[in-house]
Amino acid sequence: MIEFGFGISPSSRINLDDFDKEKWNKLVQIEPEILQCISCGSCCASCSGGVFQNVSLRSAILNIRNGKTDSAMELLKGCMLCGKCTMVCPRNINTRNLILSIYKTYSEK
Amino acid sequence: MIYEGKKRIWSDYQKEIPDDHYFYVRSCIRQSFFPASEATFLDITRNKLNKDIFETEHHTTCGGIAYHSDTIPQETVMTIIARQFALMKKYGYENYVSSCITSFGLYCETLETWREFPELEAKIADNLKKTCNLEFAKPKFLVHASDLIYKYRDLIASQAKYKLINKYSGKPLRVIEHIGCHYSKMFPSKGVGGAEYPYVLVGMIEAWGGEIVDYPERRHCCGFGFRQYLIQSNRSYSLTNTYKKFESMKPFKPDMIITNCPGCPYFLDRWQYVIAETQGKTYGENGKGVPVFTYEEVAGLVMGYNPWDLGLQTHQVEVEPLLDKMGIPYDPKEKYLGKNGKDLGKPEIVECFNNR
Repeated sequence: MIEFGFGISPSSRINLDDFDKEKWNKLVQIEPEILQCISCGSCCASCSGGVFQNVSLRSAILNIRNGKTDSAMELLKGCMLCGKCTMVCPRNINTRNLILSIYKTYSEK
Repeated sequence: MIYEGKKRIWSDYQKEIPDDHYFYVRSCIRQSFFPASEATFLDITRNKLNKDIFETEHHTTCGGIAYHSDTIPQETVMTIIARQFALMKKYGYENYVSSCITSFGLYCETLETWREFPELEAKIADNLKKTCNLEFAKPKFLVHASDLIYKYRDLIASQAKYKLINKYSGKPLRVIEHIGCHYSKMFPSKGVGGAEYPYVLVGMIEAWGGEIVDYPERRHCCGFGFRQYLIQSNRSYSLTNTYKKFESMKPFKPDMIITNCPGCPYFLDRWQYVIAETQGKTYGENGKGVPVFTYEEVAGLVMGYNPWDLGLQTHQVEVEPLLDKMGIPYDPKEKYLGKNGKDLGKPEIVECFNNR
C-alpha cells in the first residue's frame, strides 16, 4: 500500500438513534444523581488518572447521551477509583459510585 | 399544492443571465487540471452558438488561491479584481463571465463589500489608478460560465449528437450533480436556484436526457477547501469529505458525476484513486471508479466532440465505460496523443484501482 502521509479520519457523526434509552433509564434508576451533572468539568480537572491517560467522566456522560457508549467506556477505563472527583463535585454527585454504575450498566450486553 | 404560489416562490430563485456579449476570464487551476474545458466552452459558445465571448491575454489570476490561503490581504485581491473589471470596460463590455467558481465567489464578495463600504471602493479605485492607470468599473451582470451553458442548454440539446442515455438499457444515465460551494452557498441570490435548490447543473442534465441522483450528502463540500488541501498534514480533512460523499452516493449506483467548480472534479476524481489504494474501495461498476466531468466536457460529449480532444485522458478515473454507455465512438490508440498527434506518454497509474 502507498503511504500518502494522510488518510481518512474516523467519523465524528452523532447518531441519536444509537442512544439506548432502556439502559439510560436503568442507570438513572440506580444513580439518579447523574441528572444533576452540569458538565462543569471539575471531575476532570482534579483527576489524577486523567493526567496520564484519557479519563474524563464529563465526556463519558456526554458520549452516553450521544449514543457513543463504547467511547464512554474507553474514557472511564483508566479510572483508579481514588474518589478525588467526588470530593470536588459542586453538585455533590457520588461520582465514584456513578462510574461503577455506568460500567456495570453498559458492560451488560 | 398551489401551483401559482410555488411558481412565484421559484421565480425568486432565478438569476438574470444576459444572452450575449461577454468578457471572459479563465481559471488558473482549470487550465492545468482540465486543459480542454475552457477551450471547449469558447468553441461551443463562439462557433456553435455564435455568441460574442471576448477574452484578452492581459487578464491575470483573481488572487483567490492566495486570498483563501491567507497569504495576501483583501485590499490587494480587490485591486487585482478591479483591474479585471477595468479591462472589461476598456474592451467595451458590461457582462462579465468567469470560468472559475473561486473567482466567481470572490467577485461576488468584492462587489458586495464595495456596496456595503463605499469608502473602500473609492480607495480601491484610487489604488487602481495609481498602480495600473485604468478607469474603475463594475460589471452590469456577473455570471459564471456554467450559468451560460445552463442558459444555452436547450440550444445545445437541439444540436446534440448523443444523449445522457444508457444505450444498453435505454434508460437515462444516473448522474450526480455537484455544485461548487462558492457558487451559491456564500451568496445564494447569485446562483440559479440559490443555495437550497441549485438548478444550474440539474437543468443541463435534464435537458440532455439524464436522471438526477438525490443522495444524503448531495450538498456536502467535495473537500477541497484550500487550507484543507494546500497543507499536506491537513489533507485528511479533504480526503474524508470526499470519502463521506462517495459512501453516501454508493447505494444509488451513479454512472457519472458532473461539477461546475475547478476543485470539485479534481478532488472527486483523484481522491477515488487514494481511497482505492488505502481502503480498497471503488464506487463504479466492475471495480472501476465513477467518472467525473466538468459541465463543458459533458456539453462537448453531448455535441459529439472527440473525447480525447476534450482532455478526458487527463482524468484519473477511466471515462471509457461511460463513453461506451453513451455510444460515443473513440480510438483507444489516440488516448495519449496530444495536439497534432504528439505523444503525451502513458501515465504510470492508468486506472482508479491499480491491482498491485
